[in-house]
Formats: sequence, structure tokens, C-alpha cells
Amino acid sequence: MKAAEFGYLRPGRMEEALQALAAGEGAAMPLAGGQSLMPMMNFRVAMPETLVDLAALAELRGIHDAGERVVIGAMTRWSELMASGLIAAEVPLLARALPEIAHPAIRNRGTIGGSVALADPAAEVPAVLLALAGVVVLRSLAGERRVAAGDFFLGHYETARAADELIVALEVPKARGLRHGFHEIGRRHGDFALAGAALAVAVEGARVMEARIALFGVADRALRATGAEAALRGAVLGDGTALDRAVAALAEIDFAGDIHASAPMRRHLAGVALRRAWAEGVA
Amino acid sequence: MTGMARLTCRVNGEEVRAEVPVRRNLLDFLRNDLGLTGSHAGCEHGVCGACTILVDGVTVRGCLMLAVQAEGAEVVTVEGLAESGRSAALAAAFTARNALQCGFCTPGMIASALEYIDGGGGPDRAAIRAHLSGNYCRCTGYQAVVDAVCDVIGGAAK
Ligand SMILES: Cc1cc2nc3c(=O)[nH]c(=O)nc-3n(C[C@H](O)[C@H](O)[C@H](O)COP(=O)(O)OP(=O)(O)OC[C@H]3O[C@@H](n4cnc5c(N)ncnc54)[C@H](O)[C@@H]3O)c2cc1C
Ligand code: FES
Ligand code: FES
Repeated sequence: MKAAEFGYLRPGRMEEALQALAAGEGAAMPLAGGQSLMPMMNFRVAMPETLVDLAALAELRGIHDAGERVVIGAMTRWSELMASGLIAAEVPLLARALPEIAHPAIRNRGTIGGSVALADPAAEVPAVLLALAGVVVLRSLAGERRVAAGDFFLGHYETARAADELIVALEVPKARGLRHGFHEIGRRHGDFALAGAALAVAVEGARVMEARIALFGVADRALRATGAEAALRGAVLGDGTALDRAVAALAEIDFAGDIHASAPMRRHLAGVALRRAWAEGVA
Repeated sequence: MTGMARLTCRVNGEEVRAEVPVRRNLLDFLRNDLGLTGSHAGCEHGVCGACTILVDGVTVRGCLMLAVQAEGAEVVTVEGLAESGRSAALAAAFTARNALQCGFCTPGMIASALEYIDGGGGPDRAAIRAHLSGNYCRCTGYQAVVDAVCDVIGGAAK
């Protein structure tokens, strides 16, 4: 259970880091908090030739108020996000999800950029970004590009990020009167979810104008439950039949089965998570 | 870019300078290079918490950090906590409450419990359990560990 040999760099400038990633031609990997990459290296699932440690790149840290949006540096740690008044006030759905992620010692090192880059299908934050219509900001020697969360998570640990690109930041629109709900079902606190739901819902009067529903832990990646969203659009709050139709519409999803839970069990749990998230934050 | 790197950090208050293989994790460096075997290696993939130590004042997994990442850092292990007296009250409460049997998890439990107590955590059993959720114990069943932490905090447990 020890990592294979690798070279280690800790560049002080962004340019150097991007050069090292480009020169690695796929065999160089960024090292953020190491809370996923170190286990992967110890299991030898990951065997990078070069690790490019991002720790000295100060510009990747910090949480900024950018008017309509909150911009979160990729190297911002879970514990820093949990302590942030700006996140609590303006991105409450993220604040709600953070304590569900891992354990304190892991949150003291793990970063939001690392989680988004990894795209674990059971991770909370990819679903939160989908529900909030967040944006992933990527940079390479060729320049910067912004990818909507909806176009970023492509499959099982697969994203739109190229090997020579760094995630530099995540952008999240401010909450602006949306209602939020979140619920996660796991065997123990801090475990990866067996199923979870993150919701951002626009309500006018007693009517649901728009519901964005993202699920995690259920399939090959975090995904929007578009059928359930359609079932809830236009519904009157408190109308239980709309929620029943939304839960039934989850059947369209290609649920994953593994040693932790079968596909039918996940389908059931996703419905439970959706109902509880709705009850917590919307209805 | 070689397989070795220089490392300067502080461990339990003393400056340490060493030449380390970059692939060596901080836990192995503490145990094998410095002989500080109080931090235990259970799973080596971040799950069990037996390797939990303090780096720059907060708990981390020693197995999920490269030794070279501790450059310039202040590292405190269970040996340091005992020598400075910081863990004395917890150690006494663990003994009084039978909060350890084999003791394998104890160094990590102490580090995590100390972070909770020093962070102003109250005698709330659910909150204590949540904070210790990343520290596995195969002997005690946790009840006694939570009792010990409550004893140190004082006040009526919720
Ligand atoms: C016991 C345990 C329980 C956990 N439970 C949960 C949980 O419940 N929910 C959850 O979401 N996570 C969980 N995690 C994972 C944890 O949150 C990780 O910290 C996180 O997924 C990865 O962040 P990191 O900063 O540690 O990234 P690293 O491990 O350093 O990197 C992860 C991957 O992303 C790449 N990468 C990192 N940063 C960037 C960047 N800026 N640009 C491009 N690529 C980058 C790396 O090359 C690597 O491939 C758990 C981990 C452990 C050990
Ligand atoms: S040895 Fe580090 S968490 Fe198990
Ligand atoms: S006392 Fe044996 S593992 Fe906790």
C-alpha cells in the first residue's frame, strides 16, 4: 500500500505549473489536497510520472464576492468553505452539503477543485454545482475557458477537463430567493452517499416556477433528473401528487448497482432523498 | 526533479531537517525516520483515522500527506501532545472511562477529540460522534470514548 515512484514539483507560478502539465503529456497530475489522489496512488490505481503540487499557487485560494456570482478558488479547502460567511449567506446549498463530506481531518486538506476534477459519482459538490448552474473555470497554456457544470461531468470519473488544464476556480450564481433542499443517504456519517439529492427551486406565490434537481451517488456521475423537474414545474406547493409524479419519473435514470447497493435499491433511495430534500427546503 | 527532496519542518516543537524520498508519506516519515511510532498505520487510504495528527494546528491524515508537503509546517503527534501536557485531561478521562482496549485507535482519537474540545465543542453526544466519525475503533463501541470526551468538556451531556 505504498505509492510507486514519481517526480515531485511545487511550482510557485501558475505558468510553471501549466508548463509542467503540458510537458507531462498526460503523465503529470496536479496534486491538491491529496485526499483522493494519495489513496489512488497507494492502491496504484493512479501512477503519475510527475506530481505537480498546487499548494504554492496562492491565486488558486480564496472565496470572492463577484457581484452576481461567488468565485471559489480551486484550492479552497472544505474546512475554509465551512467557515466562510459569504458561502453561508450567498451559497446556502453548498453550505448545507459541506458537513456531509467526509470527516474533519479530510476536510482540513481536501479541496473543492480536487473534488470537481475527480468527479466521483457519489460526491456532493458536482450535484450542488449542477443544481446551482455553476461554472468550472479551466486554464492551460492556450488560455482560459469556462464550462457549465452541465457540460463538465461526462461519465464515470470523466470530465471535460483536458490533461494539460487546471481547474482554477468555480463560479456559482448567488442564491437570489431560490429555495434549496439537500438530503443524502449513507450508511455512516461522512461515507460516500448511496443516494443523494440537491435542489434549487424558484417559487412564486405558491407555484413552482422552476425546479433544478441534481442527484448523486446513483449513476455513473452526478446528473439532473430532468423528468422529475418537468413533473414539478408549475406545481402548486403542497400538491403531493406532483411530488409522486416526480419520484416516478426517476425511472428514466440508468441507476448503478454495486456491492454497496443494487440498482433498484438506489432507485428507491433516490426517491426518498428527493422527497426529504423537498420537505426540508421547499414545501 | 529527483526521487529525493529536502524537508525542513517542526515536529513536536523541534526543528527537523531531512532528505526524504518524495513518495514517502508523512506517517512513514514520522514512524520510520523519526521513530515516533505513536501514530499508527491502519489502512493507508484515509479511512480508519489511526494516523490522525495535527499539522499547523488542525487534524490531518498522516497517510494522505507526503512528507515533502510538510515543508515549513508545524507537526504534532501524540508524543508531542503527551509531553506538552495538552492531552493530559483526555488521557486521564480515557483511562477512567475505559475508552481504550487495544489502544490502536487511541492516538488518532485523542488528536480528533482535542480538535473538537479546543474548537469550543460542547457536551453534545451527536456532535462529538460526528466529529469522531472518521476515527474507527474496533474495540470499545465508541460509547466510552464519547463519555470520556464529555467528561473533559464538563457540564451535563445532551
Ligand atoms: C475516508 C474518505 C472519505 C471521503 N468522503 C467523501 C465524501 O463523502 N464526499 C466527497 O465529495 N468526497 C469525499 N472524500 C474525498 C475528498 O473530499 C477529497 O478531498 C476530494 O474528492 C478531492 O480533493 P483533493 O483536494 O484531496 O484532491 P486530490 O486528491 O489532490 O486530487 C484529486 C484528483 O483531482 C485532480 N486535481 C486536483 N486539483 C485539481 C485542479 N485544481 N485542477 C485539475 N485537476 C485537479 C488530481 O490530479 C486528482 O486526479 C473522501 C475521502 C476520504 C479519504
Ligand atoms: S492509516 Fe491513515 S487513515 Fe488509516
Ligand atoms: S481500542 Fe482497539 S481499536 Fe480502539
